Amino acid sequence: MMGFPNVPTLSYDVVVIGGGPAGMAAAIKAKELGLKVLLLDENDYLGGILPQCIHPGFGIHYFGEELTGPEFASRLAKKLVELGVEYRTSARILEIRNYSDLEKFVLFTSPSGLYGVWARAVIYAAGARERHAFEIGIVGDRVSGIYTAGEAQTLMDIYGVLPGKEIVIVGSGDVGLIMARRFALEGAKVKAVIELMHYPGGLARNVMILRDFGIPLYLGHKVVEVRGKGRVKKVKVVRIDENLRETGEEFWIEADTLVISVGLVPAVKKLKKIGVEIDPATGGPVVNDRLETSVPGVFVAGNSLLINDLVDYVAEQGEMAAEGAKEFIENGGIESRRWTRVEKGENIRLVVPHYLSGERDVYLYLRVSKPMEDVELRIPEIGKRLKLPVVKPAEMIRLKLKEEEIRGAGKLTVEVVRP
Amino acid sequence: MRKTYRFTCIVCPLGCSIEVEVEDGKVLEVRGHTCPRGKEWAIQEVTSPKRVVMTVLPVENGALPTVSVKTAEPVPKEKIPELMRFLASLKLKAPIKIGDVVTEWKGVKIVVTRGA
Amino acid sequence: MKTRVVIIGAGISGASTARVLSRYENLEVHLIEKAPDVGWGVSKANTALIHGGYDDDPEKYPTRARLCIKGNRLWHRWVKELQIAHIWNGALIVALRDEDFDELERLLERGRRNGVPEMRIVSRDELFHLEPGLTREAIGALWVPIVGQIAPIPAVIALVENAVANGVKTHLETKVRGIKVENGEIKGVETNKGFIEADVVINAAGLYADEIARMAGIDYFEIHPRKGEYWIFDDDVPGPRRVLFPTPTPISKGIVVTTEVSGHLMIGPNAQDLPPEEKENLATTKEGLEGVWGGAKKLWPNLPPRNKVIRTFAGLRPEPTGGDFIIKAEEEVWGFINVAGIRSPGLTSAPAIAYEVAEIIQRDLGIKLVEKEKWNPYRKEITHFFMLPPEKANGLIKKNPSYGRIVCRCNGVSEGDILEAIERMKFIGVKTPSVDSVKFRTKATTGTCQGSFCRPRIVHLLAREYGIEPWKVTLKGEGSEIGIGDVKALLRGDEA
Repeated sequence: MMGFPNVPTLSYDVVVIGGGPAGMAAAIKAKELGLKVLLLDENDYLGGILPQCIHPGFGIHYFGEELTGPEFASRLAKKLVELGVEYRTSARILEIRNYSDLEKFVLFTSPSGLYGVWARAVIYAAGARERHAFEIGIVGDRVSGIYTAGEAQTLMDIYGVLPGKEIVIVGSGDVGLIMARRFALEGAKVKAVIELMHYPGGLARNVMILRDFGIPLYLGHKVVEVRGKGRVKKVKVVRIDENLRETGEEFWIEADTLVISVGLVPAVKKLKKIGVEIDPATGGPVVNDRLETSVPGVFVAGNSLLINDLVDYVAEQGEMAAEGAKEFIENGGIESRRWTRVEKGENIRLVVPHYLSGERDVYLYLRVSKPMEDVELRIPEIGKRLKLPVVKPAEMIRLKLKEEEIRGAGKLTVEVVRP
Repeated sequence: MRKTYRFTCIVCPLGCSIEVEVEDGKVLEVRGHTCPRGKEWAIQEVTSPKRVVMTVLPVENGALPTVSVKTAEPVPKEKIPELMRFLASLKLKAPIKIGDVVTEWKGVKIVVTRGA
Repeated sequence: MKTRVVIIGAGISGASTARVLSRYENLEVHLIEKAPDVGWGVSKANTALIHGGYDDDPEKYPTRARLCIKGNRLWHRWVKELQIAHIWNGALIVALRDEDFDELERLLERGRRNGVPEMRIVSRDELFHLEPGLTREAIGALWVPIVGQIAPIPAVIALVENAVANGVKTHLETKVRGIKVENGEIKGVETNKGFIEADVVINAAGLYADEIARMAGIDYFEIHPRKGEYWIFDDDVPGPRRVLFPTPTPISKGIVVTTEVSGHLMIGPNAQDLPPEEKENLATTKEGLEGVWGGAKKLWPNLPPRNKVIRTFAGLRPEPTGGDFIIKAEEEVWGFINVAGIRSPGLTSAPAIAYEVAEIIQRDLGIKLVEKEKWNPYRKEITHFFMLPPEKANGLIKKNPSYGRIVCRCNGVSEGDILEAIERMKFIGVKTPSVDSVKFRTKATTGTCQGSFCRPRIVHLLAREYGIEPWKVTLKGEGSEIGIGDVKALLRGDEA
């Protein structure tokens, strides 16, 4: 670690990193709770990724009505401004330092210079990044026409650039399907959606896009190679078997554009640098029910915590983190008489938070490993049983647990089983 | 002619597999739903499916090169290409703010969702 | 009267030669390149090593053996004069079996004959001291401390910037179609942009050096492409401190494991000989890359999971007939100098090649070279915001706020860095804006996310600074445009 930088310093109770839905909700809540808060965002405008998510489907839980991404963002931004929350855009974090439990230092750069912020707590809500073509082993020519879904979305829906006219989409998750619709609406031909798994990855309402526009979906297939000169000309698709191994069966699709939509990874490199423990299942930090990481006073929310499918939960996590920061600052720590560890049982891929204080009601966010029908979600330690007609990895399950159910349990194992 | 439509209901997270039996444009039977809302949705999907349409429109002199817009109400699915072609000829100038109605198409308001 | 020199090819050899020749009063130097920017051919994709000079057999490959060590020594000065990112970290040629020592002894002996200083065989204990992460199966190594690494494209850019500052004229996107020879002497080159007069032509055309030579009637050699594939990993993956080679076999130098100058673990290359007509085949292959992975694992067992891969790529090496560099003035065409077959260790040898060419001009063409009174050997590196200490960064931002705005979040590249890169592109004559030109100058888009966040912003900046529509900005030159039109282009039916 370098010496203490000679830059102007600011002082706050809590600094929120990231001005997307999680960060804005956190900053608003922190302000409402009476904390002195500063929000920092690296983009030129607030909202994170929402301003380019121009489709509806946001806010049904959080605002009680269906909004588009930019509308959801603008509601939060309006509230932020009305409350007088201090924020800076075009402000990129360079480093987080953890001097002690109640002394955090955040170094950031902006067009008005470098600044250091002293804060007692940090709420990290910097979102996620997309996995790209190289990560999934696509070989061949390195040509133009290969975009992640988010990049294609930025080009189209922020900069007004149409990337291509014959499109192959890798991944049938929500983002991939939504981009399929955007391309189709603007007159491009979406030739195929290619999905590795043997079931679609997106929410049912988005899978419906395929039917609306007559787009073929190839389940149990993967794109392995791209060929072209200057620009993508064709992509090679292979069929894979039940064990996700490549069969010899393959074919080429002619297209000028390959859109990669194969999932998000929490953007937590700067947290790792200060020693925050990461859960390999979520790719985000291990947290307690205040969404505090393993570094006291550092909280995390939104897609930096775990990849969500609904922005409503992202905003909810922002508020939870703000409440955590409030308690941390007032009491000098997040306390529990006895921490309860949450463990993954059968058919559970991930569950957050990892530790419960038993001092309050909580939401568990969890995903199953594989789709199942007519199952029960169970927590045997407390005799909890919940019938679920259908579970899918694409659909996060949010489960409320009461304070009294958790208190003193020591350990809770969440499982999804056939009754 | 008798035809069976199958789809996953999107009214709630249950995602029921619904089948709708249709003959000469008339719904004969709906199967697989668990609630009346699902049934209603399924019938509409078969008889007159509608969608909210969203797009971006280029804008001059804005903070960003585009504004995003949506239809104020769902429009019949088969009319969407026509609507998109209509929108393709629009040229907008900043300032434009969220909530503004930039144009109307066959009585459907086109509402700005992200200004510039 | 000035002698007009046309250098064909702005790769590491042509750029080095341009720089060296820019020093002389009585030369007018033109640097021709078919790509939109410099360093995009063979120089772009290789192992980026400044070799030690022990590898080339002086009997079989006398030119390689002579110029490699000389080039290595010259790079030690050039990287400072031109502020080229580099690291002198030394190489270990690792023995895994007892019989490997026989080969290492041979290399040691050859290195001594070639004049390589400070080489020695190290024991197992010292080996792990030098390189703790190495496979436990290693039993010793040849230690070559003078080996280093540089960033090859930034090196070419630095050389060309320096050459242009000293009066060299560049002609980018200029493809040579013919060479005019009259009465056995060079008259000039025909290009897609017109005729360029020349008294001397230097053929530094990399993979196409054989085709260019044939245009001058010289056909005694052929260049065939040899493909090498590589993996690069995220910068939080631990890599070695030294350049690690396996003990070479008669067939191959083997897969190198190294931490390249930007701090990323890199493994490669394999070697696959392609037919002469496949000089644009830069496609990676599954089989090739898996072979590299397996080879690298023998030296570096802790290769990370595949989701830590940030990039795979392939490069082509120009393999000449006979295997040795072909650097000479051709007697049958006065004024035609070949700098051909510059395969490995070409990057290392480049400065020595350049001085060799100057000597050939004097010695074989009889042109006495007169040094300029004022020649600037220095070139200032582009600003890399992420490398500045906070106090210095703040000073810069106060003068120019765009340095405070981060565009590439993974590598901390600021808008100021990018605008500076665009200025430098224009300075050396880049006319077609491309994201790659910005990438090679600033490192933007080369981090964890591989540009998915910042590429659209870079496109936006390039479009603005070059005064064109954003969809016309290219990824890597004409034919690789970022888009096909504005978002309504297809609906309006006026598709690009």
